[in-house]
Amino acid sequence: MSTNNVHTDPTAIGAMEEAASHEHLKVQPDGSVVGYKASRTLRIRVELARQLRRRRTQLMLGLLVLLPVVLVIAFQIGQSNPNRRQGTFVDLAVASAPNFVVFALFVSGTFLLPMIVAIFFGDTIASEASWSSLKYLLAMPIPRHRLIAQKAITSGILSLFALLLLPSVSLLIGVIWYGAGEAVSPTGDAVSFGDGVTAIYAATIYIAINLLWVAALALFLSVSTDAPLGAVGGTVLVAIVSQILDQITALEDLRNYLPTHYAFAWSDLISTDIDWSEMTRGAFSAVCFAAFFGFLAVRKFTRKDITS
Amino acid sequence: MSKTRLRWLALTLAAVIVAAGVLIWVNSGSDGPTIATENRLVSSGDAQLDTTLYLPEQTPAPAVLVAHGFGGSKESVDADARELAQRGFVALAWTARGFGRSTGQIALNAPDAEVADVSRLIDELAKRPEVQKDGTDPKVGITGGSYGGAISLLAAGYDKRIDALAPVITYNDLGQALIPNSAATTGQQLPNTPSANAFAAQGVFKRSWAGVFFAAGMGGASFANPSVDASEPGSDDNSNQLAAQDPAAAAAGGTQGGPPPGGRGAVQPNGPCGRFTPQVCAAYTELATTGKASQATVDLLRSVSPVSVTDRITQPTMVVQGEQDTLFGLDQSDATARQITAAGGKVKVVWYAGGHDGGKPGPGLRAKIADWFDFHLRGRGADPGTDFEYAVQGAIRAQGAPSVRTMTAAGYPGLSGSATERRPITLAGPQQTIVNPPGGNPGSITSMPGLGSVVAGSSRLASRLAVDIPGQVARWRSEPLTGQLLVSGSSTIRMRVEPVPGVPVPPDGVVLFAKLYDVAGDGTRTLPASAVSPLRVTQLPADVTVTLPGIVRPIEADHRIEVAVTTTDQAYAVPAQPAAVTVSLTDTALQVPVVPGTRSTQTPPMFALVGIGVVIGLVIVVAIVAAIRRRRADDVDPALTDVPLVIENLAKEYPGGLKAVDGLSFRVEKGQVLGLLGPNGAGKTTSLRMLMGLIQPTEGSIRVFGHKVHAGAPVLSRIGSFVEGSGFLPHLSGEANLRLYWAATGRPLEHAHFDEAIEIAGLGHAVRRKVKTYSQGMRQRLAIAQAMLGFPDMLVLDEPTNGLDPPQIHQMREVLKRYAATGRTVLVSSHLLAEVEQACTHVVVMHRGKLVAAGEVADIAAVGGEATFRVDQPDQAASVLGGLAGVTGIEVDGRQVHANLDGTPRAKALGALVAAGVAVEQAGPRRRLEDAFLELVGENKA
Repeated sequence: MSTNNVHTDPTAIGAMEEAASHEHLKVQPDGSVVGYKASRTLRIRVELARQLRRRRTQLMLGLLVLLPVVLVIAFQIGQSNPNRRQGTFVDLAVASAPNFVVFALFVSGTFLLPMIVAIFFGDTIASEASWSSLKYLLAMPIPRHRLIAQKAITSGILSLFALLLLPSVSLLIGVIWYGAGEAVSPTGDAVSFGDGVTAIYAATIYIAINLLWVAALALFLSVSTDAPLGAVGGTVLVAIVSQILDQITALEDLRNYLPTHYAFAWSDLISTDIDWSEMTRGAFSAVCFAAFFGFLAVRKFTRKDITS
Repeated sequence: MSKTRLRWLALTLAAVIVAAGVLIWVNSGSDGPTIATENRLVSSGDAQLDTTLYLPEQTPAPAVLVAHGFGGSKESVDADARELAQRGFVALAWTARGFGRSTGQIALNAPDAEVADVSRLIDELAKRPEVQKDGTDPKVGITGGSYGGAISLLAAGYDKRIDALAPVITYNDLGQALIPNSAATTGQQLPNTPSANAFAAQGVFKRSWAGVFFAAGMGGASFANPSVDASEPGSDDNSNQLAAQDPAAAAAGGTQGGPPPGGRGAVQPNGPCGRFTPQVCAAYTELATTGKASQATVDLLRSVSPVSVTDRITQPTMVVQGEQDTLFGLDQSDATARQITAAGGKVKVVWYAGGHDGGKPGPGLRAKIADWFDFHLRGRGADPGTDFEYAVQGAIRAQGAPSVRTMTAAGYPGLSGSATERRPITLAGPQQTIVNPPGGNPGSITSMPGLGSVVAGSSRLASRLAVDIPGQVARWRSEPLTGQLLVSGSSTIRMRVEPVPGVPVPPDGVVLFAKLYDVAGDGTRTLPASAVSPLRVTQLPADVTVTLPGIVRPIEADHRIEVAVTTTDQAYAVPAQPAAVTVSLTDTALQVPVVPGTRSTQTPPMFALVGIGVVIGLVIVVAIVAAIRRRRADDVDPALTDVPLVIENLAKEYPGGLKAVDGLSFRVEKGQVLGLLGPNGAGKTTSLRMLMGLIQPTEGSIRVFGHKVHAGAPVLSRIGSFVEGSGFLPHLSGEANLRLYWAATGRPLEHAHFDEAIEIAGLGHAVRRKVKTYSQGMRQRLAIAQAMLGFPDMLVLDEPTNGLDPPQIHQMREVLKRYAATGRTVLVSSHLLAEVEQACTHVVVMHRGKLVAAGEVADIAAVGGEATFRVDQPDQAASVLGGLAGVTGIEVDGRQVHANLDGTPRAKALGALVAAGVAVEQAGPRRRLEDAFLELVGENKA
């Protein structure tokens, strides 16, 4: 019997009939079968297992581990005079481990980090639609608001893990290569290693908050299309356009309303005396955009006809 | 992405770009309030002063006098005056006597000349109705940079009608600025302010700067004053470039070469002295030729310096000094602030990242000056207080311009509150002998006077270019610093200068230059602010306390501090006589001033904090409202709780008017295998999707076991479904897919019956392979197994036999039949009649969204004794059949004749037909369903 030419053993049908005729589950008052509870559907653990077993997730986390290594190799090849404390950001990067992390966050802040968040959030529902598995999840039934919430939480956990992975690996590699020195800010402020590490993780938290708008927009596009690439690409496109508009100084204060305007406000944390004003504005901006797109996403998903 | 979505995205992008363009255009058009100006010549003593009055939109308003720098004119402060007028002040700019179109001679702010001019201008202001007054006393402030800063202080000392002042980058004592001596003899107590200088007598002539200034007084004004803005926190390169193109700034620059029309030309009217008064000219000539100042010159310079009046200044004073200034260093403002504080004046000190080498105050600092006047002239705005602010330029440049942060301390140390904190840094180095070559040449290079006003950031460049000549320099170095040290002010070091035996000490004493280097780990030496402290020691051997230049410099960890003492400097007049001295430290501790401050920031914006709270609150409220709305009572019909499915008047209309389902009603009972039969596009799948809560019906209702179905209705847990293709995670095995599916339902594992389901799928070992390697049929069987997980009370299968081969189809029918036999219900859709006939007990026929027929398959299909004969002569056949006993219900339908044989064997009827000469092509049971179905799908019945 070849594996492709499969058939059901006649005894299996009998076994099924036998089992099914003895199994008659009771019904609960809400009409559901005993054992079903909406609040137990698609638990985070299950959804994480579903996502973590995807090659996409593994590749992305691997990329984040690899990036600091690539940076170090690039510095080793390109830099004959290490441990400089002056000059451009590249020179600043190899001054100490915290500076290396700051550099890694800076270079990935414009594109890589928004893209990672866009992938986790933009792909989550659109890919289920493209696999046709979405309808079976909804018919279990997982209530729609719960599905989108659980999906968003899982994507959030994965995104946060990815965001923390980059500075953590960078820090480890930075300590090995450049030592546990002071963090030096572009304004010449120096922060001790311990405070520098704290600042880096605080910066990561800020980045996570600031990228909420990316998450919400990606989620909205994810429920709007059955093409995962469309949702991810659309989100990244918006982020890039926002960054381009942010470069146009003639727009002046209007740039404050761009979602990416405060993307690098976390650099204020690398300081002996922390200025929270930009970060507060950045968090407010991100929360506003996130609430808006998040609302649209939930509203759209709970009302749409699933035809995939 | 779909086409429409792409179009939407493109449209949105286009809209954003258009909006951006419109906003740029609108922004560039805005110009702020209109300012009226009025040019007048005002007579003051023997001079005519060229003035411009700037009137704000709202008058009366307090007035602010805006003085220009040395070599400038009222045009060079046009932008500043305009800015103040836009802030609502009456601004008055004038050209000082001896410059531009103003007549008279330059007396360097002498009390009877330039200071009297200011009083004269205030007289004029007092006459203007636009100027706010207390009785007859006009509300007047005064500001200006450099030479204009000095006149601000002097005028405030002489004329009490001035209510507030803001002198910028100016001197306290011109004598000490041009002929400084930073050596305090032992025993002299230095003030405990951060940048106090010994200001000892008999200094060293600052030759190149003095020359630049003398030239400016002669009419060549190019280098005397900074024309570009200094860097500020948050400023970038563009702002500097924009400022450099400012017409007023350009006017202050090199455009004044020729004699201004109507004024007295730059061509000297009285010999080599240009437009200077004879006294000033004589003093300069003495300095420039001898390099030393006589007592008369010292007295003259002192009489025209703010130091002569600071003990009388009690008006609120904002002292602004530059950190990049080799002409008037931080020590000058330090002395001014100390003296005014002692006189009882309220003083706020600001050090900014500019100066004669670095640039004039940027927009942020200019706004602070305007705030100062706002509060002190008309009580508007918050009290600027007496905080001490200083700017810190980063040692590391992000992109081109150095980034700047501003630190704030509660007050200027030593004036209010405690004395300056000084941190000792131990220096190491032996006693060293240094030599002044004859003629003082070659000499060390440190600063490039005047260049700072031409090239933005030249001083930043210059600080790396400092050159010391070997043999002329003694050095002492610290160990690498363990942490960053922010030097803020003048460090002091104590040293001993001894004669070298056999080398005579010059009669004028020995001239030395002390400087503080920041030495990087790789040995790169940077001279912060290009600043040096000259000193002259006349009595050897001598123990002196040297005040190093006032700087603000973050010295990073791993860097060293180096103190160097040289015998020469190109910028100063160095004695021509050769000399040699040994220099050693009497105290190895360099006393570094540190001013602990907090970074000047706006407190976190309240609106943003509140806004975050409001948004989060709104989200919570919306979530709660949505949860409450979801909790609407479940819609149950108690009479139907035993009926698996009741569909009533169901309709679905898609946007665009397409009615996929229209008025569909049927009912399914327990134990039935119901076939939903219809051609493609009949609305079968749409109906099943509505049954699963995936699509919202436009009309009608679906009840499953009495519960109305909606998206996520709990009753859906009693349905197992397979609709329009399988949905598996392609990267997982079939088994993993089923297990994750069940895990996602959250139901107990023991309810799943995995083994039975997997056996039904019959995939063998393939169940452990990834789903993406499966054939269509394998996926189909796995999907049906998935639908059967947990043995749901109703199984809904859409085209379950698609892609299966005949034996598999046969097995599938068997599975469905026996599943229904356990008391459960199966709903199967198909477009194949045979399929439904063979697999189902009941059937519902749909076409174009409507119900066509419903009932038992047996009822509708081959029922009882009905038979159909295909013949050549239907009419004759009908009569033959009618002749047979018990045959009823004869119908002729084309070439077919239907009859109810009712017990008569079909063979007998056939025999009778053949006997009657009717040719029978075909004889069989009548298939009503097929008739109906074929008619629906429009197939030829032939």
